[in-house]
Amino acid sequence: MTSLPTNPGPKKLGLVIDLDICVGCHACVVNCKEWNTGGYPGPLTDVSAYGADPAGAWLNRVHSFEAGEGCDGRTVHFPKSCLHCEEPACVTVCPTGASYKRSEDGIVLVEEDKCIGCGLCAWACPYGAREMDPGEQVMRKCTLCIDRIYNENIAEEERQPACVRTCPASARHFGDLGDPESEVSRMVADRDGYDLMPEMGYKPTNKYLPPRERKRPNTSTPTAQPLEPIASGGLLGWLDRVLSD
Amino acid sequence: MHPAPSIIVFTVFSGSGYGLLFLIGVLGAAGMLPADSAFGLISMIISLGMITTGLLSSTLHLGHPERAWRALSQWRSSWLSREGVASLVTFAPALALAIGWVFFNEVWTLAAVLSALGAAVTVGCTAMIYASLKPIAQWHSAWTLPAFVGMALAGGALLFSLITVFYAPQGNWPMGLSALLLSVGWTIKAGYWAIASNRRSQATPESATGLGQFGKVRLLEAPHSEENYLLKEMAFAIGRKHAMKLRRLAIACGFVAPLVLLLAADLLVVLPAAPIVIVAVLMGLVGILMERWLFFAEAKHTVTLYYGAPNA
Repeated sequence: MTSLPTNPGPKKLGLVIDLDICVGCHACVVNCKEWNTGGYPGPLTDVSAYGADPAGAWLNRVHSFEAGEGCDGRTVHFPKSCLHCEEPACVTVCPTGASYKRSEDGIVLVEEDKCIGCGLCAWACPYGAREMDPGEQVMRKCTLCIDRIYNENIAEEERQPACVRTCPASARHFGDLGDPESEVSRMVADRDGYDLMPEMGYKPTNKYLPPRERKRPNTSTPTAQPLEPIASGGLLGWLDRVLSD
Repeated sequence: MHPAPSIIVFTVFSGSGYGLLFLIGVLGAAGMLPADSAFGLISMIISLGMITTGLLSSTLHLGHPERAWRALSQWRSSWLSREGVASLVTFAPALALAIGWVFFNEVWTLAAVLSALGAAVTVGCTAMIYASLKPIAQWHSAWTLPAFVGMALAGGALLFSLITVFYAPQGNWPMGLSALLLSVGWTIKAGYWAIASNRRSQATPESATGLGQFGKVRLLEAPHSEENYLLKEMAFAIGRKHAMKLRRLAIACGFVAPLVLLLAADLLVVLPAAPIVIVAVLMGLVGILMERWLFFAEAKHTVTLYYGAPNA
């Protein structure tokens, strides 16, 4: 069903990404590709994977940005996948009904057997969350790993999106953002979590936590001592004088 | 945006075909066209031929054209689906119009009116596919719908002049009408260009990342070393680099040349009009193809903000 759910449930599953913690290691990117290549939306095909011009479909990417100038500037690693918006134009533009938003948990998915590969949903997404699979010629996107989070055949602690599970720094968190008492909702409240491009009106579910304020650099720190002269007295001083002559 | 040849051919061929269908529908219903089977045959072959060629071309753009029939299902929310439905529905009155005209030497008014209506609705739906896309600021504008309708009329007018030079109704008004509609179409397009040049997305690198509190945001490192689908599809650059030159070329080819040639064909009675009009129509269609290439190539997608664009 391409129209949005008329009675969306209270549950809004999504990610909270802590930009203060992400170190830009791309582990979430790689594990996302690995899991989803064999999982629900797979295969995520590549073309010329070992050739001169490799390309392929990925559901998660880490950009790195510089914000601000000089001492006030900082580098921020910025992971980005589908934000599972509340007003996803990618769903309403879909002419076939392949693209849909689930009323029970808010996850946006593509039914690949219905996708005609017209690409309009990717045009409708300002966040770049959708990529055409070059091999399968259907649209791919983050599924929030529905084949993990509801999978009763794997250990309970594994029932999280692959990107969240693999992050070595715990920069990514998964939970129900529709429940104000959930751990992720409390994080968003405590840390002023925000939406990307709120002016576009897509109402993303995923939230980002801003980098924390940091201490000002201490300008009175003494500068490092020069390496020479090495020593003026003792055995080394004597050796230095003898060798310098 | 990447200008896909199949979509350019589709919007230009089908658009001009619907423009012609609209014209013959309106003029036919008003009793201004000869109820002559030869005129009807050539008119319907050209309009439905252009429309069908365009529609078939559009399926070349799909990853899975064998599933294209599914695109008719979501007309409640999707302009692309509405366009598909409208284009198919329009065939019914258009074929009725053709049957009456060709086999019974009559222009059936109801079929003519419904054909014109269907043509207008279909072109409107095509325009709305683009006008409804918020991430592309140049398209998400009140000018996109009139620009598509205007260019469809301009293309239709060119095709109409081609028909009437062989099967002229009484008087020399058809050539004048063609010249007028060509001028109207390109005037609206000039308005679109004037507005589109300065349209930018509200979003900025700062709002896209939420890092504006620290100052200006710039891309330090791209998320991957090679191009990806998004960059190939949304970050097409060459169109914007040469936009002004290409716009002038499109106007010269699609508007100035055919206008001069159509008027010359009408006024220079000593020369045979047909070859001049054929050249005018071909040049005009090339100009509209250039205009449509630019429509896609000039437009910039908001996602480019994540890839180092200072604005989109």
